[in-house]
Amino acid sequence: MIVADKKPIEEIIEEIKAHDKILILGCNECVTVCEAGGKKEVGVLASALRMYFLNQGRNVKIDEVTLERQCDHEYLEEIRDRMDQYDAVVSLACGVGVQFMAEKYHNTPVYPGVNTCFLGATEKRGLWTERCQACGQCILASTGGICPVSRCAKRLLNGPCGGSVRGSCEINKEIDCAWQLIVDRLKALNRLDDYEKVCSLKDWSFDRAGGPRKVVREDVQQ
Amino acid sequence: MKVKTPSKLEKILAAGHLAVTSECGPPRGSDPVVIEKKAKLIKDYVDAINITDNQTSVTRMCSLAACIRLKMMGLEPVLQMVTRDRNRIAIQSDILGAASFDIYNILCLSGDHQSFGDCPTGQNVHDIDSMQLIQTVRHMRDDGKFLGGDDISRPPQLFVGAAANPFADPFEIRVPRLAKKIAAGVEFIQTQCIYDIDKFELWMKMAGDRGLLDKVYILAGVTPFKSAGMARYMKNRVPGIEVPDEMVKRMADTPKEKQPEEGIKICIETIQRLKEVEGVRGFHVMAIEWEEKVPEIVEKSGLYPRPNAG
Repeated sequence: MIVADKKPIEEIIEEIKAHDKILILGCNECVTVCEAGGKKEVGVLASALRMYFLNQGRNVKIDEVTLERQCDHEYLEEIRDRMDQYDAVVSLACGVGVQFMAEKYHNTPVYPGVNTCFLGATEKRGLWTERCQACGQCILASTGGICPVSRCAKRLLNGPCGGSVRGSCEINKEIDCAWQLIVDRLKALNRLDDYEKVCSLKDWSFDRAGGPRKVVREDVQQ
Repeated sequence: MKVKTPSKLEKILAAGHLAVTSECGPPRGSDPVVIEKKAKLIKDYVDAINITDNQTSVTRMCSLAACIRLKMMGLEPVLQMVTRDRNRIAIQSDILGAASFDIYNILCLSGDHQSFGDCPTGQNVHDIDSMQLIQTVRHMRDDGKFLGGDDISRPPQLFVGAAANPFADPFEIRVPRLAKKIAAGVEFIQTQCIYDIDKFELWMKMAGDRGLLDKVYILAGVTPFKSAGMARYMKNRVPGIEVPDEMVKRMADTPKEKQPEEGIKICIETIQRLKEVEGVRGFHVMAIEWEEKVPEIVEKSGLYPRPNAG
């Protein structure tokens, strides 16, 4: 899933303080799972903002809505009828949702309420970690199912570097060395010989480097 | 091994001499005198001089410019190149720039992470890694072609080196990793600083058992301690360096004013012992900001005078 983290409320206030009618818009997908932008977080942010404006002696309308998804035209249409009530939206969706919202409601300013961080998984409640950078050319088959692009600080395809110490990355003891994990896994799979295959230069044109990407599936288009 | 480039370092190694290299860190400024001064201190005691490439990710004068300074002094530079800061266009371009000044040695590295340096908020590139940099240089030199497939007019003639750290983890892939670098095309290796000689011997033995030592020249890396504090720092704070406790103790038990001398002594003893290790073809003396001690280390280790490359 897409993992996001809450923005500091001071930053959000700084962006929206000139507005009088604000919609806080949550998303029921990834950001709900990572507890950054679901219905609960919409409620918490809305209350904090109401408190802030009250203390400032200002009468600001703050409404709360959480959509099933913000990365889907269908769900974004659900709020069309009420959009003229607002002069700003704080979207707690990921960057995709914020942008889809901005494209759809062209005349209403949309502010991000979260920082979109990475593609990751829930290790335990309150701990999400990165697993994928969407490079567009998956190499997990040759690395024992562990991704050096997203999990090695230098994204080495022929690691580890000299800074791998007791399973940790040189930049932080709390970060696993991806190549230690890969080696352990290849060993468990009885495939350690695969380690010696030199991985040649990667084609990054399927990555961000190739410009904004599209997946076009004519077979499923109508 | 057959000589493939005009590199003096390669010639000395191929002739069977124990080679000696050292390194100079470029200044944090543009004064050319700094690099010339350091080079003058060591030039008669080494066969080639590495110029580091923004080591520990701290921004400095570029390695290539400093290498050109050495070349203008008639010395033999080893261009260190990290993949952290350049994509494949910049890498190939810098290699051609080096070749245009007849720089004949390159050391292929991935580079320390930028979080250690003075621009921790910057991006890193890592379009290719050190293994792929070795492949790239060999491709440009041997096939005379760019990565894109076009011909290079006047291809680079670079003797291709890389680093190896026998002490990093996981230990079981340390020899396979060397094998992999050899498969990628590396011709000489400069190792991480060696303090744990037993572990280094084991690594060399395992490499020898696989027949790797006939395929690559291994230059053993040494760094003298300036103080007991430095020994402790290297042991505890530098990732991938192992310092035996008794070595730290030996430094700590020495009175402060005698510690630099003791550090040099340990370094010389280390070289003496490493000379006996099967497959060691030379030494890489990294006297960090202590270049003036290189002549003494080389001389007292019986590595002076340096051979004529002919």
